[in-house]
Amino acid sequence: MGGMLWLIVLLPLMGAAVNGFFGKNLPKPAVYAVALGSTGLSFALAVLAFMELVAMPADARVVNNVIYDWITAGDLNVAVNFLLDPLSGLWMLVVTGVGFLIHVYSVGYMSHDRTFWKFFSYLNLFMFSMLMLVLGGNFLLMFIGWEGVGLCSYLLIGYDYHRTAAAVAGKKAFVMNRIGDFGFILAIMLIFVVFGTLDYHGVFSQAHEKLVAGGTVVTAITLLLFLGATGKSAQIPLYTWLPDAMEGPTPVSALIHAATMVTAGVYMLCRTSILFNMAPFTMTVVAVIGCATAVFAATIGLFQKDIKRVLAYSTVSQLGYMFMACGVGAYVAAAFHVMTHAFFKACLFLGSGSVIHSMGGEQNMEKMGALKKHMPQTYWTFLISTLAIAGIFPFAGFFSKDEILAETFGSGHTALWVIATVAAGVTAFYMFRAVFLTFHGKSRVDHEVEHHLHESPYVMTLPLIILAFLATVGGFLGIPIIEGANVLHNFLGPVFAQGAEHAAEHGGGHSLELELGLMGLSLGVAITGIALAYYFFLKNPAAAERMQKSYQGIHTLVFNKYYIDELYDWLFTRPIVRASREILHKIVDVQIIDGLVNGVASFFMGLSSVARRLQSGLIRDYALTMAVAFVLLAGFYLWGGR
Amino acid sequence: MLLSAVTFIPLAGVLAILFVGAKNENLIRIITLVTGLADLAASLLLWTGFNDATAEMQFVERIPWISGWGAEYYMGIDGISLLMVILTTVTCVICYLATWTAIERNVKEFNIAMLVLQTAMIGVFCALDFLLFYVFWEMMLIPMYLLIGVWGGKRRIYATVKFFIYTMAGSVLMLLAILVLYFEYHSRTGVYTFDILKYYGLGLDPVLAYGLFLCFFIAFAIKVPVFPFHTWLPDAHVEAPTAGSVILAGVLLKMGTYGFLRFSLPLFPEAAQAAAWWISWLALIGIVYGALVAMVQEDIKKLVAYSSVSHLGFVVLGTFAFNLRGIEGGVMQMINHGISTGALFLIVGILYERRHTREIGEYGGITRIMPKFAVVFMIVTLSSIGLPLTNGFVGEFMILLGVFEANKIYAAVAATGVIFGAVYMLWMFQRVMFGEVTNEKNKNLPDLTTREFVYMTPLIVLIFVLGVYPNPVIKKMEASVKHLVTVVEKKGACCPPSAHAAENAPAPGVPATDGHEHHAMESVPHTDGHADHTATEEKRD
Repeated sequence: MGGMLWLIVLLPLMGAAVNGFFGKNLPKPAVYAVALGSTGLSFALAVLAFMELVAMPADARVVNNVIYDWITAGDLNVAVNFLLDPLSGLWMLVVTGVGFLIHVYSVGYMSHDRTFWKFFSYLNLFMFSMLMLVLGGNFLLMFIGWEGVGLCSYLLIGYDYHRTAAAVAGKKAFVMNRIGDFGFILAIMLIFVVFGTLDYHGVFSQAHEKLVAGGTVVTAITLLLFLGATGKSAQIPLYTWLPDAMEGPTPVSALIHAATMVTAGVYMLCRTSILFNMAPFTMTVVAVIGCATAVFAATIGLFQKDIKRVLAYSTVSQLGYMFMACGVGAYVAAAFHVMTHAFFKACLFLGSGSVIHSMGGEQNMEKMGALKKHMPQTYWTFLISTLAIAGIFPFAGFFSKDEILAETFGSGHTALWVIATVAAGVTAFYMFRAVFLTFHGKSRVDHEVEHHLHESPYVMTLPLIILAFLATVGGFLGIPIIEGANVLHNFLGPVFAQGAEHAAEHGGGHSLELELGLMGLSLGVAITGIALAYYFFLKNPAAAERMQKSYQGIHTLVFNKYYIDELYDWLFTRPIVRASREILHKIVDVQIIDGLVNGVASFFMGLSSVARRLQSGLIRDYALTMAVAFVLLAGFYLWGGR
Repeated sequence: MLLSAVTFIPLAGVLAILFVGAKNENLIRIITLVTGLADLAASLLLWTGFNDATAEMQFVERIPWISGWGAEYYMGIDGISLLMVILTTVTCVICYLATWTAIERNVKEFNIAMLVLQTAMIGVFCALDFLLFYVFWEMMLIPMYLLIGVWGGKRRIYATVKFFIYTMAGSVLMLLAILVLYFEYHSRTGVYTFDILKYYGLGLDPVLAYGLFLCFFIAFAIKVPVFPFHTWLPDAHVEAPTAGSVILAGVLLKMGTYGFLRFSLPLFPEAAQAAAWWISWLALIGIVYGALVAMVQEDIKKLVAYSSVSHLGFVVLGTFAFNLRGIEGGVMQMINHGISTGALFLIVGILYERRHTREIGEYGGITRIMPKFAVVFMIVTLSSIGLPLTNGFVGEFMILLGVFEANKIYAAVAATGVIFGAVYMLWMFQRVMFGEVTNEKNKNLPDLTTREFVYMTPLIVLIFVLGVYPNPVIKKMEASVKHLVTVVEKKGACCPPSAHAAENAPAPGVPATDGHEHHAMESVPHTDGHADHTATEEKRD
């Protein structure tokens, strides 16, 4: 198995290279074969590797595979090594599995695209980067993957590069991620200075001996890491790129901006949980930011008209839950939610893609309605996933979200728990709003679009069905209450064991009654949300309009996403660009520095016009000059030369 | 002999061209290219023959030159100069290919200028005698003036004069400092020599050392260029023909940073350490300022020029961190900047040859029209913004790490440059390459020609090779950089001047290793330290 890890990572890269270099001249089936073959094989190998990992004894499930030395400079030695343990194993399976399904789906979705070979090349390159991020055995490799997925995100958001909106959104995503990376890279350097290595094992095994729990250094490291995570995982204050990223093709939104890449920040926190557990202040920051993002993004999701934007804000919101979980030390719950979220959110995005595909590119839900009868498979899978995200028993989201809420309650962050529970209700409301507006009620579809409506081909619906199935049963991996039934806890537990004294306290600590009560409560909140959505958008749409009219101000504010983009533009972008152009370039560079240089130049020109008179061409003048010079030189040697 | 061969093969090419009629332009171009390739091959022999276990100078050649002054023809390379020499030979070959059609008038003179420039540049990196160094240094400037002044754009005269004023100011200061060192060395030992290595660890009076350090610093800072000495660069780049820009960015700017490593640090370690704080701040200002000003440029070439100010700020910052990673990262970044920025200027040249404009606003949507070009441009852009697995990342990361170890604040400020770098490059790329094709004139631009593809390919390959497997390059310079670091640490931090004096003290038993002595100015009456001659001929080869 040692030989397989690098192959799992490298296969997608080879696929990307083949399609990138030769795809243009290959027949369509060959491009598909390369793209799907490489990811499919990578997935198969991942499953094998995972099975071998599971077969190992529970406390020894670590495979570390060194390939070669990458950068050696003095005592800095960074290897290319891959690390497989339960944590990276879980992520590896999600990435390759969901990734493969989305590749399959893309065959149908991108069938009319002119440069589909390029699309698949980018998609494969993304898989490579993401696997590098997850399986890399040291911080720098994670950083490579981290930047690599950012690059692919940039390329794929701006895939329709001739649309300026897409190109701009791609750039925005990259730059905002770079702001986060600024923190990540500083954290890496601080880690190296403290530990003298960047290897996970070296760092984590020395954490308790080289760092003081609660001290400034570990707080700084974790805060900087978390800054990186807010960029990649679209948390406050760096979340604004993710909704804009919806400019990319829908499979991209599903794969990168829902299921995998945006969870990289959660992976990072889980991976470095030992450090985070030593920094209570950072933990509080993480929990608060996560909770704030969860509720903030959920409210924006309430009034969006674009189906993909609704899903984007719900992604931001769900990521907030995951961070809140990390912040209260419930890493297993966070990882659990990452997994179930990958299933249902990928399914939702692909479902929306199926709708958009059928509607000829229309994304506005106000122009949809009653699509249920035209595309039943899409409808049912979409509905199942919506039930999952809303947290309805027994769908996957119920278990993972409930675990997060219960852990938050158990950790004593009651305020966070209240807010997050309310946000869960909001989520159920706006997600069902989307379902009702899209699939139920009266059709508001344009006439010429109406008779093009069709269910998507099998190559697209099959991934939907598989994902919907996973969204249904995925939660059973983490069944609470029953002793020993929480498979995921038993599996991931040892990874977090080292710093888990504090997590274990509230892990399974609370009573059965309490746990059942919490469950009932969150279920009740979700059902209330659904009922309200039913009332406003199906039963009595006029009421929704009346509400909107009477709270026009709030509606405008929220519909415009609280004007955060405008605020950032006004606070940062404009002043920096203006100052650079008007002050730095036009004044400092051109007037001050160049003015000085030109001044010196004209001074010397003036001087030389004086000097030119010396060259009068008269021998008498030259003779005089020579005589003076001789006297001076002689004087220098006689008196000054000693 | 090999080192002299590498240095002077281009001059042999000049000789050959002299016998060809000016009309026979293609033959002239072919001779130039073959010369470049031969020189590249010879420089690769240096690479293979180089022993990376030692910091000693290798491939040393010493012949008395002006014995009355103690000047020698003294050449040799260590790991740092080796890499710079190879950077030069590679860059030159690519330039010769790139100017095949771009230069239409005075082809003969142009090629001669380029070849003379190549010899001079290699000479600068190999010279171990100050006078020889200075000769190469000045020799390099003349063809560069001509390249801009004769084959340049509309405002070429202004640009040339500006370039001239800046560099002459630097050269004069450097010459002054060299002469002071020369006489200072003589007054201590009674020996006249221009041997650079002998000036190391001279234990100068601190005030004098600081003054001399400043003279050298300004000379090199202008070359780099360090803020605020940078304003000649955008003008020179904009007016220079493509090959001139590539050489300028790829090699000439490195003369400055190389100068810091070869002269400023080892000659004046105390002064360098005393000045490090303000030099670091100048470098930091350069990083951020260069990036911000690059962001608002409307001319692609100016944008790339300002990006050089930012990138080389990193190199200077790493150099003045005085530690292994900072300096190694700096050298890596010198190479990387040569590759990436050289490639960017070639890309601008490719666009310019087609549209005769460099205004960003004139372009848009080029990806659709020139898809192959788009891929190349994208890869180079990513390398320039330091994406991992491209060369740009390795250098930037090592520098940041080295600087971080020395001063965390500097590293944090420098790291913001990484953000701005992404902003200005991607914004430019978006405006040039993405969007709809709005300008009619762009609709029928041809994609990359075979020749363009051929000269871009090695750069693309290097971008990835150095990004994925940089260790062989790092290894070549490791011993030399380590040695440099110990020199700076030892001399700068603790040791009293007497320690240096001891090194220069008479040690009668040591014979001269290279078989000739500096009977330097024996007629000068107050040469009292005559006995020191042989002693100061320490082992060095």
